[in-house]
Amino acid sequence: MIGSQPYQKLSVLDEQQKAFEKCLISLKVKDSFAGRWDWTKKVFFKGLTDGVPMSVQDDTTKEMIKAVNDDADQEPFEKVATVGGPVILFFILGLIASSIVGWVVFPKLLYSQKSQPIDFNHVLHVEEVESGCESCHFFREDGTFSGTPKLEQCIECHEEVQGNSHDEIKFVEEYVAKEREVPWLIYAKQPDCVFFSHAAHIKGAQMDCVTCHGHIGESESLKVYEYNRITGYSRDIWGKNIAGFKKNTWDRMKMDDCADCHAENSARIERTQMKAPTSRFIDNILAISFPGQAPPVRKGDSVQTERDGCFVCHK
Amino acid sequence: MKKENKHSKFKKYGMVIDLDKCTGCGSCMVACMAENNVPFKQDESDKLLSITWLRLFRLTNDKPFPETDVCYLPRPCMHCEGHGGHSPCVSVCPSTATDYSKDTGIVSQIYTRCFGCRYCMASCPYKARYFNWWDPVWPDGMEKYLSPKVSPRMRGVVEKCSFCYHRYQQARDKAYMQGKPDIEESDYQTACAQACPSGAITFGDLNDAKHAVYQLKKDPHAFRLLERLGTNPKVYYVSSREWVRRAGDNYLKDEGRLKKAVH
Repeated sequence: MIGSQPYQKLSVLDEQQKAFEKCLISLKVKDSFAGRWDWTKKVFFKGLTDGVPMSVQDDTTKEMIKAVNDDADQEPFEKVATVGGPVILFFILGLIASSIVGWVVFPKLLYSQKSQPIDFNHVLHVEEVESGCESCHFFREDGTFSGTPKLEQCIECHEEVQGNSHDEIKFVEEYVAKEREVPWLIYAKQPDCVFFSHAAHIKGAQMDCVTCHGHIGESESLKVYEYNRITGYSRDIWGKNIAGFKKNTWDRMKMDDCADCHAENSARIERTQMKAPTSRFIDNILAISFPGQAPPVRKGDSVQTERDGCFVCHK
Repeated sequence: MKKENKHSKFKKYGMVIDLDKCTGCGSCMVACMAENNVPFKQDESDKLLSITWLRLFRLTNDKPFPETDVCYLPRPCMHCEGHGGHSPCVSVCPSTATDYSKDTGIVSQIYTRCFGCRYCMASCPYKARYFNWWDPVWPDGMEKYLSPKVSPRMRGVVEKCSFCYHRYQQARDKAYMQGKPDIEESDYQTACAQACPSGAITFGDLNDAKHAVYQLKKDPHAFRLLERLGTNPKVYYVSSREWVRRAGDNYLKDEGRLKKAVH
């Protein structure tokens, strides 16, 4: 029984060694692999031969071990360290390259630039009208929001060409004269499943247009519409910053941004608790640690989450 | 935003359907499908595939000619309250796609959240939930006539009656515009209630004494479907016929006799 085990091992080792010899020959042809190969050989063969008693090693094995030991004598381990340099460099370069692809090239490919059918000067119009944004982007009596103005509103002033700008002439000739609606590209267009009430925010919560839309009313020309090739929505929804950081409230228009504001303004419109589970967890710890400090937690109308129901903003 | 609701107590929207008035014309079904972009199939007779948020059932007393009687029963989602809002479907949903709102008492269904496990369908004793086995196919040009207020559903999600929740949101918008603290009864009515030519369907806030449903639900002939299960549904039915009332509550033909046999 004692004798049979090494023999079995040996037969397996024989095959492995033969395969290794073949590899050795094929790889030694390539100089670039030489350094690494020697190192592999040292480590690997040492492990192989350690388990086998000298008495059962055949001639080939002995030769191999001798060869390995010779190599080991000739090339001390110091040389291995010099091989590590290019490898690490390779990984660093790879990381840099893939970072560039992910952070610069991919966003460039993801968004295609589209320009509006005609340019529009907000400053010029805001000066002319009386009641600011709501002069053109008005509420209807039933509480619905008009959004982008229709041709009907523009015609009141623009039946004839005013001034001599190129876009003005194009607008009157192409759209007003032909009674075609201008196919404006809507920067803030949300997916179909989103319900957003302008009335609730502007009339109910007395919010400012700027909070979500930014200072678009102070722009002299329309910015480029960046179209997301995958989702089909504007980049204004995802935000300019590819890492997802935002400085201003109007930088992004994703669901998280709605949630941020709803959680932040908890003091004003009660604590709606739309925050993510992690931040809610921290909130709960703080509430327990410092009783009386945190504002009282209002339970939302949802039975499942005790936060605000999904049906408030989803349809 | 929530200031308005602070002063008024929680709403509990519900329906009272007078089965004596219902003629089974199916206007409510048509109105519902048109209002909520409910997809239809080429073969609507296949009830495994067809989707009907509100479905009309035909009940009969199973008696020979002179005494034979027929009753039509429209069945929307019952928006069960259960105990504290734990309706059967809400309790089982693993993805929070369906939820019970304490503010309105409406059981919501978020299609983008649903991943189609159909657990809620199995739990619903009224079979009011439907699964989209296919993406909706609209006839040429019909896509432009869909209601923008309701998002169309995709393949692989469950859908059901929402008590025309978008109309509630519209009514809220109107109230904001007019500076009113609360919405009017007439501002929020479901499509089926408005479409019913015989006025069998009444819709409103069951908690509000000013609403018509508040009184109607107290009718001695009022009953709810499968009340014994404890689902606490918000759709009440009224019928002067006793066999209809019995049929509404899991009534088995032999039930009375079996009980007698035991004693």
